Amino acid sequence: MGRLSLRFVALGYLTLILIGPLAMMVWRTAEDLDGAWTAITHPDTVAAFALTLKVAAIAVSVNTVFGIVCALVIVRGNIPGRGLLNAFIDLPLALSPVIVGFSLIALYGVNGWFGWFQRNGFEILFATPGIVLATIFVTLPFVAREVVPTLREIGTEQEQAAQTLGASGWQTFWRITLPSIRWAVVYGVVLTTARAIGEFGAVALVSGNIAGQTQTATLRVEDAYQFAYGNYAPAYGISFVLAATAILILVLMIVLQPKGARR
Amino acid sequence: MSISIRHITKRFDDFVALDDVSVDVGKGSLTALLGPSGSGKSTLLRIVAGLEAADHGAVFIDGQDVTARPPQKRGVGFVFQHYAAFKHMTVHDNIAFGLAIRKRPKAEIAERVNQLLRLVQLEGLAKRYPSQLSGGQRQRMGLARALAIDPAVLLLDEPFGALDARVRAELRDWLRRLHDETHTTTVIVTHDQEEAMEVADQVAVMSEGQIEQVGSPREVYEQPANAFVMTFVGQAHRLGDTFVRPHDLEVTLEPNGSTREVMIDRIVHFGFDVRLDLVGGDGERLSVQTTRDQAELLELVSGQIVYVRPMRATTFS
Amino acid sequence: MTTFLLVVVVLPIAAVISKSTGKGWSGFWEVVSSPQAVAALKLTLVISTLAVLTTAVFGTVIAWVLVRDEFRGKSVVNAIIDLPFALPTIVAGLVIMALYGPRTPLDVTIGSFHFDADVTFTRGAIYVALLFVTLPFVVRTVQPVLIELDQELEDAAKSLGAGSFTTFRRIVLPGILPGILSGVAMAFARAVGEIGAIVLIAGNLPFKTEVASIHLFYRIEQDPEGSAAIAVVLLVISFSVLLGIGALRWLVTRHERG
Repeated sequence: MGRLSLRFVALGYLTLILIGPLAMMVWRTAEDLDGAWTAITHPDTVAAFALTLKVAAIAVSVNTVFGIVCALVIVRGNIPGRGLLNAFIDLPLALSPVIVGFSLIALYGVNGWFGWFQRNGFEILFATPGIVLATIFVTLPFVAREVVPTLREIGTEQEQAAQTLGASGWQTFWRITLPSIRWAVVYGVVLTTARAIGEFGAVALVSGNIAGQTQTATLRVEDAYQFAYGNYAPAYGISFVLAATAILILVLMIVLQPKGARR
Repeated sequence: MSISIRHITKRFDDFVALDDVSVDVGKGSLTALLGPSGSGKSTLLRIVAGLEAADHGAVFIDGQDVTARPPQKRGVGFVFQHYAAFKHMTVHDNIAFGLAIRKRPKAEIAERVNQLLRLVQLEGLAKRYPSQLSGGQRQRMGLARALAIDPAVLLLDEPFGALDARVRAELRDWLRRLHDETHTTTVIVTHDQEEAMEVADQVAVMSEGQIEQVGSPREVYEQPANAFVMTFVGQAHRLGDTFVRPHDLEVTLEPNGSTREVMIDRIVHFGFDVRLDLVGGDGERLSVQTTRDQAELLELVSGQIVYVRPMRATTFS
Repeated sequence: MTTFLLVVVVLPIAAVISKSTGKGWSGFWEVVSSPQAVAALKLTLVISTLAVLTTAVFGTVIAWVLVRDEFRGKSVVNAIIDLPFALPTIVAGLVIMALYGPRTPLDVTIGSFHFDADVTFTRGAIYVALLFVTLPFVVRTVQPVLIELDQELEDAAKSLGAGSFTTFRRIVLPGILPGILSGVAMAFARAVGEIGAIVLIAGNLPFKTEVASIHLFYRIEQDPEGSAAIAVVLLVISFSVLLGIGALRWLVTRHERG
């Protein structure tokens, strides 16, 4: 197979599947900029963006700590079953978001195992806590998966050297371990953020989708489409903002890659 | 500060890395732990440093039992084979690390670091990162870093193993002169017998988790305690029950009672030294180390039949 | 930290499984074998397999081109591959709709020949959506393996007389197969569970374009116990894929551990 024909096939496929549709979406948005802008600046939309960002911030913070601790346990820990832990980490990646949402309903719904909360006014489902939990679940693995290979590669010698020079466990962690994995952590955070912003299925089930209160940006897009009545400008407009954010994140990913991200 | 190692035993699952090892390192001396891979020398060093724990036995530094103490509290400086440089810190910060941990005032740290940079000849490189240094420079930085905390004892784990031959020779020489200046009690682990001989006051030869012999380089070479030491430190040929060093074989042109007949297969010239590769009647191979002058005197050529006889041989019971 | 993991991951899964046993084994089976559920599951599995196979082929080609070829703008193309990772799934759905939806510009009529790229409410929609979403998986798992592969091996094969295709089939392919397989496994898990990219464009017509995840989504309101049964089936699929990846990883590293 000639080099050129392979290139043609590859680029052709990408155009059909990726680039073409993306370009078309931008075009559609541009067709009705006013409509798009109105939709973007609508208070409910702004609330949706705010909610998405808030939830993402919480999920990222929690999973960064979790990811680092997890990676340390998997690579350096001595507890039995850390191989199992390593396999379990990947679970959210293999799971359908609908299952994630459903499992949270099974747990925290009125008839669920922890239904007590819901029944007594501590709203988890159909409120922000539920959305946060769902987002934490689906973004669980990213930081850990980036840090584990980096930790493995670095080895323990630097930490041993620090010990002989008098550093305590905590000092070693702060001054040696953490700085040496910082780019892996950053890359993981970027991936986590993208996923947190983009989550749909799980959140759709647990949020109740109340505009202005429990509606995230992605839910709003779906809403805007279902109730478009021929006017798709809002749907495209909000999507455009999300797509632009995604591209920004993509750029960040490219910039950070040579600094030691796994790929 | 002297080091006293008493009855150290260490196992890794079924493998016995160290078997009841005891050795003393005098204050201010430079001792080499010499042995092949798997002999346990690195493990022993790490136990002295506190980076590994022994199953049995004790370690004393300057008369105090440090066996239960973590590495932070032993006052040892450790130099790693692959440098263990803190990649995200500058050379200055690497060297200063131990002092920064001890919260010394900034001015004091700066002065000490500069002093050490001069000592290890890395002036001007303070702001560089380890990735910008050569292997030899990184190891000198490692040494400076270990010395910065004024360790009671300096431990080096195959420090020059990752460097190329010329740099290794330079650093060896440099380490010896450094020791002569600072007189820090030093233990160096090496598999390179030449290195041990050149650098150390005292050599402890190890094999399979045990100490075979402890003595000065000369003692260990000229009065080996057993066959292992004799064949590991320097070269030796086994002739039946006895062991002969290549330079202790005499070459003559005529048979002479106890000589054996051999043919010269190859003459290798190493400048002043000459090595004769010989083949005996039974296909057995021997080499003799002699001087250029000797070889010329006897007009030796390849293919020639000559006769050899040990001038000095050792037997072990 | 184990408590964290327990609370966040293990507990929810356990809850789902236990709920599914609410009506007993016969109840479980009743739900799972209901015609609509079966149709949804069948559709999901078949289309996911087709999509993943397509992605495997084209993904490998793209990885090859990105690693071995040089052309202007290659780095941009390389970056774009990650877009389906970074894009919210619902936006992905909309993006696909822009080109393959009701107002697609790709609508040509030449004489009696009519081509219309509008795939809404058809199974083609699901297929395209899954192609979009699974693209990065295979490309990103094959790339590093391809980079590692010593080109000298291919040169050796060629010097011994092997043609390009034979070289690829007998030298390159075995080398990159682990990469392709792990990419395929992850892509499949993703495809089976996908909802966001499909929900807008497919129309979710029962028996026609309703995938398992969407069937589950709408069923949860009315029938929590029954839904749990279907969820368990999907869970089993996910777990099997995870096990598969784990086994693959073990197999591959065993080779390397020698």
